[in-house]
Amino acid sequence: MTSTAHALAPNRAERLVRSAVVLYIALLVAVPLLALLSFGLSGGTHALVEALRSPVARSALWLTVWTSSVVAVLNTLLGTATAWVLVRYKLPGRAVLSALIDLPLAIPTLVAGLMLAVLYGPLTWLGHGLEARGMPIIFAPPGIVLALMFVTLPFVIRAVEPVLLEIDPAEEEAARILGAGPLRTFQTVFLPAIGPAALSAGIRSLGRALGEFGAIVIVAGNIPFRTLTAPVYIFGEIESGTPRAAAAVSVLLLLLALALHGLAGFIERRIGARHA
Amino acid sequence: MKIRVEHLSKRFGSFVAVDDVSFEVADGSLVALLGPSGSGKSTLLRILAGLESADSGQVWFDDESATDLHTRMRGVGFVFQHYALFRHLTVERNIGFGLDVRGVDKASVRRKVKELLALTGLSGLEDRYPSQLSGGQRQRVALARALAPEPKLLLLDEPFGAVDAKVREELRQWLRRLHDEVGVTSIFVTHDQEEAFAVSDRVLVVHRGRIEQNGTPMEILDNPATEFVARFVGEVNVLPASLRGDTAHSGALQAKVSGEVPAGLAHLVIRSYDLKLWREDPGVATVQRVVTFGDRVRVQALVDGAGPIVAQFPRRSSLLKNIVPGSRVQIEVTTARAYPAETSSLHPMAAAQ
Repeated sequence: MTSTAHALAPNRAERLVRSAVVLYIALLVAVPLLALLSFGLSGGTHALVEALRSPVARSALWLTVWTSSVVAVLNTLLGTATAWVLVRYKLPGRAVLSALIDLPLAIPTLVAGLMLAVLYGPLTWLGHGLEARGMPIIFAPPGIVLALMFVTLPFVIRAVEPVLLEIDPAEEEAARILGAGPLRTFQTVFLPAIGPAALSAGIRSLGRALGEFGAIVIVAGNIPFRTLTAPVYIFGEIESGTPRAAAAVSVLLLLLALALHGLAGFIERRIGARHA
Repeated sequence: MKIRVEHLSKRFGSFVAVDDVSFEVADGSLVALLGPSGSGKSTLLRILAGLESADSGQVWFDDESATDLHTRMRGVGFVFQHYALFRHLTVERNIGFGLDVRGVDKASVRRKVKELLALTGLSGLEDRYPSQLSGGQRQRVALARALAPEPKLLLLDEPFGAVDAKVREELRQWLRRLHDEVGVTSIFVTHDQEEAFAVSDRVLVVHRGRIEQNGTPMEILDNPATEFVARFVGEVNVLPASLRGDTAHSGALQAKVSGEVPAGLAHLVIRSYDLKLWREDPGVATVQRVVTFGDRVRVQALVDGAGPIVAQFPRRSSLLKNIVPGSRVQIEVTTARAYPAETSSLHPMAAAQ
């Protein structure tokens, strides 16, 4: 009752609060976003394209895109499988497992990178042995993939889990009684439900991976043309006083991230609409 | 298909869900498993479907052992309480699913689905999704889906439990008509005695994992085998009594009883409509309340030395003349049964109404 009355005739205090919130969000998100876009595009699209012509920048972008894509695909598949196992099997130590899955979100990404660098670095027999056999992890793309998988581990698992829990077990039983085998049952009952959730979470992990800096900077070694990723390249350009090159790659990463964010949101809204 | 169940038992941990149950269901009949929730009736149904496996005992389909038969191979149809329709498939594809899975060609599936849509009154809804249907329509889709592969046995678990009262009544009558038309042997689980009696040929009353009685609705109403059955079906009065010969004495009340119970302490069970009561001083009881609902009148009275009882009358009954709270009344018991006193406590069981 009162809230409708307020909505119809906001008083001064309310107007003030409302403006403050709008200003707060704008200053925090919208203004910096626009600032970067205008700086990045200030030299015209020509300057932008020119900056992206740099072979180092292009190789860094390419490395980021392909490692992130590998991570997103692996995450989607393995995350779905993990959620499946967590929900459907009463594993001993499930609580511990579940806690471990959330841990990467709590660990500072730089520390996560260091963890991998220590384990796979030349100081341990594992890292040493792998390197000796020509399969280096550290200072190589596999290390980047591993670091990105670490920081995005919970994304798909936590998105698929609640959807799996929500499925009425009777639906599965109905499929079985009607003669469907395990594959057909999965296709009919589970896939339509968890597919969109896994997909949107996979896209979100791709978006997150594209921008990851902390976990990678230690593991990758940042060798241009080999293990220098786009975020680390941006950092390096700023450090060496060429902000325009940094801004160009940043704008590209930003647009990519926004597009992925929008796509994931679109898929999630469609799931919501279907359930209504 | 004829169904035979022999010495079936099933435990969940320490809970005995099904306890040495045996029964037969004649080919083409419609049978109700009636009992309160937790009585084991749903577990029994799920064992028949192969969704649960029994710890011991045998299931026979037409004299062939089905005990270890895989769910998929049983050829049964199952209707779930909450429909369990495939949310992402249309009505048409839901109904056709069982045929599709078996590799039946598309044209035949389409024909069969059309036939079932007509039979279940769902024509025109084939392209809808389950979320676009009412509860009653969803349940009919579930039934059509179960019937499509032409099962030899149809199992229904509380099929009308999730729809509202008015739709439930329609669905019941419709299920009975449908059964008479299709003729498939059917077993359904319900906790609603009215539903069991209205729809089925035979009723199996289940309690604590056992079959308390297996009979026609009439047999169960007229000759309840145990006190549980007597209390579960219809409104009854249960009074502590001592039995001498064929007469039970409960306080000031006397009643001739049927049932073979040894002399001594007993529970006297009287249906609320098997009592006559009229104004008489001194009489045996005092009227406490008179409640009218529809064409019935319920009189609650306190029997001297025994306890409260409830009697039902048609509203226009001449017996009701001058009966008001406080009236002294005489009571005549027209039909009553006695059960051994130790079988259960006197206090109403969970489901006795």
